[in-house]
Amino acid sequence: MSSAALILGVSVTGVTALGFIAARWGGANLRDLEQWALGGRSFGTIVSWFLLGGDLYTAYTFVAVPALVYGVGALGFFAVPYATIAYPIALIVLSKFWTIARDRGYVTTADFVRDRYNDRALEIAIALTGVVAALPYIALQLVGMRAVFSQFSTLGAMHAFPALTVAFVLLAAYTYTSGLRAPAMIAFVKDTLIYVTVIAAVTVIPARLGGWGHVFSLSAAALAARPKPSSIFLGPPQYFTYATMAFGSALSLFIYPHSITSVLAARSREVIRRNAALLPIYSLLLGLLALLGYCALAAGISTKDTTSVVPQLFARFFPNWFVGVADAAIAIGALVPAAIMSIGAANLFASNVFREFSLQRSQVETVIAKRLTLAICAVALLFIFFVPVPYAIDFQLLGGALMLQIFPAFVLGLWTRWFHPKALLAGWACGLIASCAMAYAGGFSANYSLHAFGGTLTGFIALYSLALNLAVSAVLTLLLKRGTT
Amino acid sequence: MRRRGWYLLLVLPFIGTLIPPLYNHAAPTLFGMPFFYWYQLAWVLVTAGLLGIVVLMTRDGRV
Repeated sequence: MSSAALILGVSVTGVTALGFIAARWGGANLRDLEQWALGGRSFGTIVSWFLLGGDLYTAYTFVAVPALVYGVGALGFFAVPYATIAYPIALIVLSKFWTIARDRGYVTTADFVRDRYNDRALEIAIALTGVVAALPYIALQLVGMRAVFSQFSTLGAMHAFPALTVAFVLLAAYTYTSGLRAPAMIAFVKDTLIYVTVIAAVTVIPARLGGWGHVFSLSAAALAARPKPSSIFLGPPQYFTYATMAFGSALSLFIYPHSITSVLAARSREVIRRNAALLPIYSLLLGLLALLGYCALAAGISTKDTTSVVPQLFARFFPNWFVGVADAAIAIGALVPAAIMSIGAANLFASNVFREFSLQRSQVETVIAKRLTLAICAVALLFIFFVPVPYAIDFQLLGGALMLQIFPAFVLGLWTRWFHPKALLAGWACGLIASCAMAYAGGFSANYSLHAFGGTLTGFIALYSLALNLAVSAVLTLLLKRGTT
Repeated sequence: MRRRGWYLLLVLPFIGTLIPPLYNHAAPTLFGMPFFYWYQLAWVLVTAGLLGIVVLMTRDGRV
């Protein structure tokens, strides 16, 4: 056994132990949903910073974005403006939502929607959207872990599945036992490993490749020589695509159930506000990791499986023991958000779908939520066996297109009661159908080419369907209001 | 509430990052990095700074 495999194994075992120990953190009664799912709403600025950083920066950051830059060049860098403008949005939307949620004891976005519009169908629609959108995002975490584990299997990716399944069963077990406290505690380990790895990578790798200037010129040549050439700069038709992908992703980031779960675990509104200013430090990491896609091109790494680009780069440039540390960072970096995503999705299902059929809250809901976590992990595991996508990032982008359809009911609902719930429901349905239709028509690509006014505009599906959603919601609200007066 | 005016600072990152023709070029480079890349990385830091200012200046006021 190589020292890298040993370090990876020890790290994953270590955080598993930590996940179970986390049940004792704060001596809380974990049969209470707020304790199990939201850590008792007790986290201060520092714990929240690690938790949110561990939650929002996932295998998307470590594996999928560098893979996209490696594959398509400049367009993949959209993740940087995305991770920048997400925070002004977060500051405004989340501090508002946190205050309302604390006052009324909400655990999910659908709790808020139920009270605001007094409409059960809309509540269930909002809840199911969150559950469904979380699944491909969890699947993306599994893709990240698979990329790491398959490095250690001489026989290829298929043989990484036993390791992947074991890691995921352990994840489900400690999440079941400890709730949000498990990923919160593990996030400290994860974020430390990630910072160490990225700092080492950007110090060592570009220097070994002859500096950034050399990395970029080699990448430009490699991308131009592809059968389907691309560039380290955007072509003018890509401007709209780039901006809509960044803006659409930023709008959807903080309405995902896993983001909401971590945000509601904060002790005060001020904790959220401070973190909106402190979390962009992680976005800098994201940007540097994205550039590792170019380092891989410059190093001449050639692979069909783009998700393995970063692990291969580490294996090429780091001493064997540090490869173990770096791979542990990626694997644990995927486990933490996967745990929070399954908690967030389970909360939605237990609180807003099942609850509509029973009158008891808390104890029963907690039991249901805990069991659902296991089910959600299992479904996500099946996802990667059966749904092949060209780039791992498409899992997240298509999930984001669905997620964004709750924007009118949830985010606009924080400020206005103007919309009619039935109109919002119709808008939501149109948005979902449009997203699925465009995804299907485009061969599950995240972007769709709209032909109108004699030109072609290729943009992120999520924003097209959100525009339709808003239009339908507004027009129907006007019609329904006219009907009642 | 005059303090709300500080929130207008948060419009800047959107203008700075969502109009790619503004920064889609190679020169000037920094540490060998084309402008396209270091410009957008710089916006991460600028945005964090702007957010810091807004958070400090609006501490008591509710949105």
